[in-house]
Amino acid sequence: MNVDVLIAGAGPAGLAAGIELRRLGVGRVLIADREAEAGGVPRHSAHTGYGLRDLRRVMTGPAYARHYARAAVEAGAEVRAGTTVTGWPGWAGPGEATGRTGSTDPDGATRRTGSTDPDGDTRPTGPTDPDGPTGRSSSTGPAGPVGPGAPGGPISVTLTSADGIETVTASAVLLATGCRERPRAARLVPGGRPPGVMTTGELQQRVYLHGQRLPGRALVIGAEHVSFSAMVTLAHAGADVLALVTDQPRHQSFAAFALAAAARWRTPVWTTTAVRRIAGRDRLEGVELADLRTGGTRFVGCDTVVFTGDWIPDHELARLAGTQLDPGTRGPAVDTTLETSIPGVFAAGNLVHAAETADVAAAGGRHAARYIAAALRGGPPPRGPRIPVTVAAPLRWISPSAIRAGGPPPARGHFLLRGDVFRRAARLEVRQGDRVLAAARTRLVPGRPAHLGAGWMARADPSAGPVLIVLR
Amino acid sequence: MTGPAGTLPGAADVAIIGAGVVGTAIARELARYDLSIVVVDAATDVGTGTTKANTAILHTGFDAVPGSLESRLLRRGSALLRDYAARAGIPVERTGALLVAWSAEQRRALPEIEEKARQNGYTAIRPVSASGLYQREPHLGPGALAGLEIPDESIICPWTTPLAYATEAVRAGARLELGRLVTGVRSGPDGHALATTRGTIRCRWLVNAAGLGGDLVDAMLGGGGFTIRPRRGELIVFDKLARPLLGSILLPVPTAATKGVLVAPTVYGNVLLGPTAEDIGDRSDTGTTAAGLAALLDAGHRIVPELAGEEVTATYAGLRAATEHRDYQIRVDPARRYACVAGIRSTGLSASLGIAEYVTGQLAGAGLRLAGRMAAGAGPPAMPYIGEAGTRPYQDARRIAADSEYGRIVCHCERVTRGEIRDALASTVPPAGADGLRRRTRAMNGRCQGFYCAATVSAMMAAAQGPAGGGRAGGPGPAGPAAGHTSPELGRRA
Repeated sequence: MNVDVLIAGAGPAGLAAGIELRRLGVGRVLIADREAEAGGVPRHSAHTGYGLRDLRRVMTGPAYARHYARAAVEAGAEVRAGTTVTGWPGWAGPGEATGRTGSTDPDGATRRTGSTDPDGDTRPTGPTDPDGPTGRSSSTGPAGPVGPGAPGGPISVTLTSADGIETVTASAVLLATGCRERPRAARLVPGGRPPGVMTTGELQQRVYLHGQRLPGRALVIGAEHVSFSAMVTLAHAGADVLALVTDQPRHQSFAAFALAAAARWRTPVWTTTAVRRIAGRDRLEGVELADLRTGGTRFVGCDTVVFTGDWIPDHELARLAGTQLDPGTRGPAVDTTLETSIPGVFAAGNLVHAAETADVAAAGGRHAARYIAAALRGGPPPRGPRIPVTVAAPLRWISPSAIRAGGPPPARGHFLLRGDVFRRAARLEVRQGDRVLAAARTRLVPGRPAHLGAGWMARADPSAGPVLIVLR
Repeated sequence: MTGPAGTLPGAADVAIIGAGVVGTAIARELARYDLSIVVVDAATDVGTGTTKANTAILHTGFDAVPGSLESRLLRRGSALLRDYAARAGIPVERTGALLVAWSAEQRRALPEIEEKARQNGYTAIRPVSASGLYQREPHLGPGALAGLEIPDESIICPWTTPLAYATEAVRAGARLELGRLVTGVRSGPDGHALATTRGTIRCRWLVNAAGLGGDLVDAMLGGGGFTIRPRRGELIVFDKLARPLLGSILLPVPTAATKGVLVAPTVYGNVLLGPTAEDIGDRSDTGTTAAGLAALLDAGHRIVPELAGEEVTATYAGLRAATEHRDYQIRVDPARRYACVAGIRSTGLSASLGIAEYVTGQLAGAGLRLAGRMAAGAGPPAMPYIGEAGTRPYQDARRIAADSEYGRIVCHCERVTRGEIRDALASTVPPAGADGLRRRTRAMNGRCQGFYCAATVSAMMAAAQGPAGGGRAGGPGPAGPAAGHTSPELGRRA
């Protein structure tokens, strides 16, 4: 099948992009989502607060998800739920039957999926072929160009669903695969592995999609917006939330949230406190907490622990395509048109800024759609070379993380930033080499968005190397 | 079938204590004959002890102690398992291993290791130069001096293996009595009576394959020749996106000071780093530690520096059933009709079929009558394939066309379909809980650890098992007994 644009992910970014593409007259837009229903994470975020910036009214997550899913269909996009983009044909995805080997991806990781047998050959073999070396199925090819398609040419993806396996060829692809929370294991929290330890995403689905009750004592790890959302979800499911636990010196959410938590649910925030160990084997017994100021530890018994925040983009498809990753966001490095390092492959939403609110993700989707539509029309010739935009610690990331001479400002007119420190009036400086392109003030709270204007873009010199954002 | 109050009607010909990879392998071997077999374990699933938490390598036995029983059974078992895995659909990849020397001391040890391999009957081992190592493994960290190549070392699925054995045994008539902790053994002229937390099990012959509880069961029979000294090994599993960093298993050179850690691919397409080796007193403490994980990361980042940029998918710890002896502790007592199969340490997965064959021979020599009975259709079961090297259901257009449930991916990180979860829940040896389902399908085992799928998968399990607790072949329902597996005496190993 051929389409003009294939969108991977029917969350706010993907759906908004599909609607905008259709509005701009793009013919065939296919939005694939691997979940059983379109809508993305808002499907199971039952709290209100959605739609403020983009729909000019406040609604719950599920209502917001339904609104966008319906609007995409009404706009004439084809929305296919239960459909996974499983790979880029001709490219070595996990379990792909064939793949090129020996090419280097932009992280410096050489992709090599074949195991070499003692003779030095690598041949495609079955996993249980008793006659041959049971190497990972692979074929050897010369080092080839990175990416799913020739520059400017059509791009093929594999879609897998109950209807079967299908190859779809698109003129452009938008990756809108979103983000998730780092689970306990990835945070290297030691101890046992009992059930009852989960992320907010799992918690919300258990409670709001499957009606599960979670009686007993619960702890929430983290004290940012999502952590308070987890607390409310736990309370809704019948849990007694003992506390929100953060290693930061204070919570990272709105003061009103913390006040409400204390007043309505009598849930305190335990600051400067780290989780040292999970105890329990067949059943969660509790966690060992350390006071980072005194070094003292104490044991808190509980039946549920929810690890919140610490977002990481779901970047598997982007990485398998060979797009250059941004070391800060861990999503594909995009320029201000939201194009990745691979021509024709765009990325938007929380894949490139994990995590922002749904309306910000949707705005990114619409922004990408405009430049995808322009590219499909044959638009103006390619812009200037990419100039990387990087940050210095304690800033964590900036998105987009590349500009081009003559390129447009980013979505909503500003860059998104994250810092790892609390700073009420942080002074940011935009530098390129010895030159200071701009200075700006913003408020930094770990895990919360900060913004940087785009007025300095025109002053960047394409031949002067990367632009660096520093905290003065 | 289980009678009222959990008491078995009559006595089984053979009871096996321990449903790990060794116990199930012995059950499979004995079930091929005209014998009634019962396998008892405190845990509610097979393969939940040392079996599930190891480095998942199918060893050639090149570095075993020459002349030991372990060397012999490892070599035999490894060959048998390679063949069995191919027929049963157990994921195996022959990646080969490179043993890498990082210091002059380690380099000096290489000729001795090569000689030892030859003494163990393994002749394909050969030296590799430093440049040869980097040619084979371009992501190897700086400082590798020389190495040895062991082309037949392989990686295997440690979960499907005992399940295949148990499935074959159950289909041949063996009973699984899970969720029953053996608390005592009374032996008499007619055989043994096993007191368990859920009734008594009688048998004529008894096999002790209790793993970490091997010495405690042996003590119930008056033994005492060995003590289990649990050795904890912590491991880290890296994201699948790290898999291209590695072609083969990277082994350390053991020295007097340290045994070192390995970096290996897994059949699920991840990269494994570990294990630590720590002697501990608690037979059930499979918790990871901050110090252990830090030490592993430090070592791993030196072996393959680019691992530092990759996400960790899981961490876990397993306990190896080491003893004060260097060899397996396998003894058959004809007078008491008792076989002790203990001290299998860390090589049980690779040696399992060799051990089962050997123990069966010993039992026959001791008087157990092995009358032939190979039922039609007997042989390795066709296990669901959960490896990454072959074709998984989501990749199989014909299979999806025949049954669309194989096209509905539920666990996105591991690409597990509704069809596979449905099949596992209805299998001959069904899972008793979420962990069992993980080991049968890989669902919830991926990088998100359940963020996307755990709620849906849990709902599927609850629906399949129903309010009454669902059916388990020859075992307790998924609710399981309250008793048993937290006993300080035996852990959950039996």
